[in-house]
Amino acid sequence: MTSLALTRDRIARVRPGPALAALLIAAFLLLFLVVPVVQVIFVAFQDKTTGAFTLVNFADFFQNDLFMRSFWNSFYVSAMSVVVASLLALPLAYLTTRFEFRGSVLIQSLGIIPLIMPPFIGAVAMQLLFGRNGSVNLLLRDHFGFSIPFMEGLNGVIFVQSIHYFPFILINLSASLKNIDRAMEESAQNLGCHGFRLFRRIVFPLAMPGYVAGASLVFIKVFDDLGTPLLLNVNDMLAPQAYLRISSIGIADPMGYVISVVLIACSLLALWVSALAMRGKDYATVQRGGGGLAKRRLKPLEMVAAYGIVLLILVLVLAPHVGLGLLSFATIWSFSPLPDAFTLKHYHTVFSESGQYITNTLLYASLAALLDVVIGTAIAYLVLRTKLPGRQWLDYIAMAALAVPGVVLGIGYLRSFYGVPMPFTGQPLSNFWLILVFALAIRRLPYALRACTAALQQVSSSLEEAAENLGATKLRTVGRIVVPLMSGGILAGFVTSFATAAVELSATIMLVHSQSDAPLAYGLYVYMQSAAGRGPGAALGIFAVIIVGLGTYLSHVVIERGRRDRGQDH
Amino acid sequence: MNHQFSPAALAAQIQSVGVDIEGVNLSYGSNHVLKDVNLAIKPGEFFAFLGPSGCGKTTLLRLIAGFNTAQRGEVRIGGRDISGLPPHRRDVGMVFQSYALWPHMTVRRNVAFGLEERRVPRAEIERRVDAALELVGLKHLADRRPSQLSGGQQQRVALARTVVVEPKILLLDEPLSNLDAKLRVQMRQELLSLQRKLGLTTIFVTHDQEEANTICDRIAVMEDGRVQQVGTPQDLYDHPANLFVAGFLGTANVLDGTVRDDGAGGRAFVGSGFTPVALPAVEAGTGTGGKLMFRPQNLAIRADGQPPAPGHSRLTGTVRHREFLGASIRYAVDVGGQLVQVDAPHQAGDALLPPDAPIILDLAADKARFLRQ
Repeated sequence: MTSLALTRDRIARVRPGPALAALLIAAFLLLFLVVPVVQVIFVAFQDKTTGAFTLVNFADFFQNDLFMRSFWNSFYVSAMSVVVASLLALPLAYLTTRFEFRGSVLIQSLGIIPLIMPPFIGAVAMQLLFGRNGSVNLLLRDHFGFSIPFMEGLNGVIFVQSIHYFPFILINLSASLKNIDRAMEESAQNLGCHGFRLFRRIVFPLAMPGYVAGASLVFIKVFDDLGTPLLLNVNDMLAPQAYLRISSIGIADPMGYVISVVLIACSLLALWVSALAMRGKDYATVQRGGGGLAKRRLKPLEMVAAYGIVLLILVLVLAPHVGLGLLSFATIWSFSPLPDAFTLKHYHTVFSESGQYITNTLLYASLAALLDVVIGTAIAYLVLRTKLPGRQWLDYIAMAALAVPGVVLGIGYLRSFYGVPMPFTGQPLSNFWLILVFALAIRRLPYALRACTAALQQVSSSLEEAAENLGATKLRTVGRIVVPLMSGGILAGFVTSFATAAVELSATIMLVHSQSDAPLAYGLYVYMQSAAGRGPGAALGIFAVIIVGLGTYLSHVVIERGRRDRGQDH
Repeated sequence: MNHQFSPAALAAQIQSVGVDIEGVNLSYGSNHVLKDVNLAIKPGEFFAFLGPSGCGKTTLLRLIAGFNTAQRGEVRIGGRDISGLPPHRRDVGMVFQSYALWPHMTVRRNVAFGLEERRVPRAEIERRVDAALELVGLKHLADRRPSQLSGGQQQRVALARTVVVEPKILLLDEPLSNLDAKLRVQMRQELLSLQRKLGLTTIFVTHDQEEANTICDRIAVMEDGRVQQVGTPQDLYDHPANLFVAGFLGTANVLDGTVRDDGAGGRAFVGSGFTPVALPAVEAGTGTGGKLMFRPQNLAIRADGQPPAPGHSRLTGTVRHREFLGASIRYAVDVGGQLVQVDAPHQAGDALLPPDAPIILDLAADKARFLRQ
């Protein structure tokens, strides 16, 4: 009896379909994430000639002035970007959640506009607007006799990055402020607490986890970013150093690997700090009939100040877009507040010479996004709906990609796949364009996976049980109930992955080996290297913005429609 | 197949079968959820699993539907062991607590789902879906989405979706818990008449004794993973097998005491605060400790000085507190250090007993039950 029951139990637990899917995904993650990254770490600890274990490489790193300066510069830039981004985000979050403010719609768009412009694309335009001889400083010097070094050296990186990334803080902080139940505030008032004390003792601590989540994300993103410093010609930071070592000295040079290990370590550290800050602080305090903090009307003078702040930030946020737009239509734009004259020839140049950048991008990004949602959906289902042993690890490994900077993944791919010849052609595998797609897919997988997991969590498991109860097999249930109900989330995940993969530069720049295989981001980088290429580069950048903007809009529409269909508006 | 597609014909298609649960044990890790459960549910019966949350009633229902697996024991439907079958091959209709209507399908598509999975011809599906929706009175809402329906309507769609496939048995998981009080009373009558019309063996899970009492033929009271007692609602109320059942169905008064000889060859229950209670049918030996259980309505308040009526035991105590219920007043009375509750009928103008007032109660001995535990 017992043995029979046991086998019955085992049959119920391990079904072949899910097990096969799990194995395939595990193989993919192993091959294109784990092996390359482990390889990078391994090489960093290896003697260059003998291959023996050594710490010499790290000693070299810490004794090299350039590397140490790069390290502190990266750290300084990331920390300052968090500070500046916080300064931009805090007043906006406070305005929308605490006051009846008509400009809230404006603030919501402020939270999206920067994200549809990858920072490295806007960097050159920002140089023309805010640089030493950019429009703003030319005007300041002519009329007031002084200039502001917005874009000098590290300032430029901080400026561009914080304008791009402050929405991460804004979105997270607003969300956690909105989740504070009014009763939390009212009971504090009831007990005699008010004004700034109320803010310091109740509101701020409850909103803290959201802020820390946003801030640590900004820190990591800035620390790992390669494109922005590269385009602003700031090379004494860690990510550019890693890239330059590998691209100029070669993949045998250990310093690129050492820098990679340092980058990973810092990412992990930031993630750990954020996890530490969040631990045990899942403050979802909104209860029935709750709904955010009490809002009050602004007094007239406050209203003026509020609109002043919002408009100032709006101008800053739109600056890269406007600058890029102007640049793409400009004949010559140098030492003058505005371009000399306007033309369409840059767009013509892009279409006639560089159409492949756009088609490649569409192909790579859509394949990568497709891969992401398929793997994301499968992992989400395996984790949430099966009892497969070790299923949680698929989620962990996929999420670990968060801590792997693009440069590091690129270096890892070069190291792992350069020595592997392709069948038939004999070319190195790392030159094959599909490798680029895999790199993009791995980079975007964590976001797609979270989108798919969230979508599946919204599908009550009784909906599936009802289908099985009425005679549908597991597979039919997945096809007729689970995937259709997840479709909104899956589509949103696809579009987000697509849009961000379309403008990814850090991994791409390491792996592109011929112009004909290059995507848009790489083309843009190449164009921006020369003064004459700026115009076409900007035109290409406009395409990038349109692709990402459309994608973001679509995913927004899809999510909203899904919410309506599910009847959550009722 | 010679199908007629009217609601009445739907009923005629259904052959009532029984459900036998034998020696079922189920644990999640070290958590033993079902402990040696044995039940025989008769064909066509409206049967309830009744118990507090966490007693294992829903686990047992889901076991019948195939959503979890017992380590030992078997479940037979119509004499056939279904323990090895996956949920989709069991032909056991289940209505979920949350209704589990698919939000991306219309009412019609929801109801058609099970027939589509059974590869029923399209034209027949349409006719059977119409018949099922007519049965629950929702034919006019067939093209709505579930989110456009009220709670009661969603409940009916869930029922239609389940009965349209003509399952062997019907499982209802707390189907009324998401409805407001008035609708709940109405829906339980509808459930009952539907069940009677279809003659479908039905198992109803609930934690609400009133629901179970009003519509079910028999009830299995569950607690801590065990079936405590099976019987008709009246059986369980009048002759509870143990203190749990006594307390779960209605209000129970319990007095501590010991079994003694009554001096005339019989047994009597003796304790502090009351005169010995004759226990003619009890087989416990003298000296056995136990409890005496009785209902508030088994007590009568007596004026001072009257002797107890024949066959009655006298309790003397003090009023501790009272609840005014309208038709009656419920007094909590301290009898020898133990609280018992008594209901006094109320008429306009009657004076209430104040707290700390002395009170004399008579207990009809033949209504009291001796319980060993």
